[in-house]
Amino acid sequence: MALLEVNNLCISFGGLRAVDDFNITIEKGELYGLIGPNGAGKTTVFNLLTGVYKPNEGIIRLDGEDITRKSTIEINHAGVARTFQNIRLFKNMPVIDNVKVGLNERFKYSTLEGILHLGKYRKVEKEIDDEAMRLLKVFDLDSERDTLAANLPYGKQRKLEIARAMATNPKLLLLDEPAAGMNPNETKELMETIALVRSKFDMTILLIEHDMKLVSGICEKLTVLNFGRVLCQGETKEVLANPEVITAYLGG
Amino acid sequence: MKKHDNLITYAVVIAAYAVFQILAATGNLSSHMKGLLVPMTYYAVIAVALNLCVGILGELSIGHCGFMCIGAFTSAFFSKLTEESLPGPLRFFLAFVIGIAFAALFGFLIGIPVLRLKGDYLAIVTLAFGEIIKNVINAFYIGVDSKGFHFSLKNSMELGMEKEGNLIVNGAMGITGTPHDSNFTVAIVVLLISLFVVLNLVKSRDGRAIMAVRDNNIAAEATGINVTRYKMMAFVISAAIAGAAGVLFSHNITTLTASSQYFGFNASIMILVYVVLGGIGNIRGSVIAACVLYLLPELLRGLNTYRMLIYSIVLIVMMIVNWSPKVIEWRKRVTSSLRRA
Repeated sequence: MALLEVNNLCISFGGLRAVDDFNITIEKGELYGLIGPNGAGKTTVFNLLTGVYKPNEGIIRLDGEDITRKSTIEINHAGVARTFQNIRLFKNMPVIDNVKVGLNERFKYSTLEGILHLGKYRKVEKEIDDEAMRLLKVFDLDSERDTLAANLPYGKQRKLEIARAMATNPKLLLLDEPAAGMNPNETKELMETIALVRSKFDMTILLIEHDMKLVSGICEKLTVLNFGRVLCQGETKEVLANPEVITAYLGG
Repeated sequence: MKKHDNLITYAVVIAAYAVFQILAATGNLSSHMKGLLVPMTYYAVIAVALNLCVGILGELSIGHCGFMCIGAFTSAFFSKLTEESLPGPLRFFLAFVIGIAFAALFGFLIGIPVLRLKGDYLAIVTLAFGEIIKNVINAFYIGVDSKGFHFSLKNSMELGMEKEGNLIVNGAMGITGTPHDSNFTVAIVVLLISLFVVLNLVKSRDGRAIMAVRDNNIAAEATGINVTRYKMMAFVISAAIAGAAGVLFSHNITTLTASSQYFGFNASIMILVYVVLGGIGNIRGSVIAACVLYLLPELLRGLNTYRMLIYSIVLIVMMIVNWSPKVIEWRKRVTSSLRRA
């Protein structure tokens, strides 16, 4: 059974069909790319998958479970985590606390225990601290644990956003233009980070990206969107050689 | 955040308490000054409450005096009612329970519509609720006699009470003769408990979730944080602490009226000034700012004409010390060199 199955997903804003009859099937462990020209509806698809928008039609299944009309929070708990095109960190909090927020729903104690610092507080906080440090080490951010997130360099902010998403222990990770605004060196490092996430956590990833070097370098399968519709779908090599894709998006 | 930060805050409060107690015991404190100690402390308490709402949750509320008002009236009502039947300390403790519970309840009820709003709109609506609470209480007439409670919104005659009945809330004249249970020691204990609650909350998973909502609610939601729940939690706790300040307030004066002087817009803004100048999100700063800025105009009474001039200069100096990036840098350098020495 596929990890993510989307059938006939549609949404309109007023008279505009932003996403029309969108289908995608992602198997467990795959690295899947979603590409297309600006305004094609890529981020809208992400917002539909994470419950920010509710679709007019269609069905979304994660690991067999129907998550179509669930709230953003429920979808996150069901196992979908994401990053944003324009980085959204908790800027005034230290790096480690950003990750700890991601762990919030996995390591619990009651509010009263939290206020009194009694009961399970010490034990669970220790677990949270250890787990957060473990994640920061994986992403090579452990030396920055007490830096405010806002003061991190750009590349590390991207990494921290991925680390925070991974802290929620997702089944599927959605990356919205992770390489946007990066120089070639940073992009290279990002590709290594993504490879690391896959190998270390055995993660299934769906990413939106314009950087074709990154896309052709790491994605196994691609879906091309154009004007809200799927233009082409399949193995990366075949899709990138498709004449329709070249006219609509790649140019050439 | 450093490990001993919270301990320093408690130590500052206890040291201030000790200094004032020694001054009072050695007769160095005028009776006028002694009368200012309890108000100073409950303003510090409500500044802590407001800082939880403005600094930690990041929502600007300018109606917090409304919650103080609710705490003050419900607790004074209870104390008046049970003045003869309950022993002093127990009655005062129960007055706190009731004042805090009602303030929290109203925090919850008002939070339902208010927390759907953002920024300026939220500020405007909290302001309106603060004024509504004050004006509604001003219209209440409540009395009690052998037949039970009587209630009216018109005047005390409408209550139709027996002759020996006890008029408790007399409209705009408020509640008169609340037992004088507040003192400086109790007030300091309440301040320490409020600090304990807020500082511990900030360092727990709930506190992190609340700050995550403040910094970016879209990302918080995508990270699985229940934004509504945490906003409400912070708002209700903040209202409850403001209610505790109200209990101290009403048991410290003879006649409690829901007047603009104590519960109006200006009073709420004054507390916001304490919070902003003490540093938004800086709990210890709120306590210090509330104490200094409350005492200062009173201490400067002798200088009459120059009083407000000096007050405004102090406001500007505090603003520079707490907010100017250069000065903050300089402060950090000084503290780190002190630490090394």
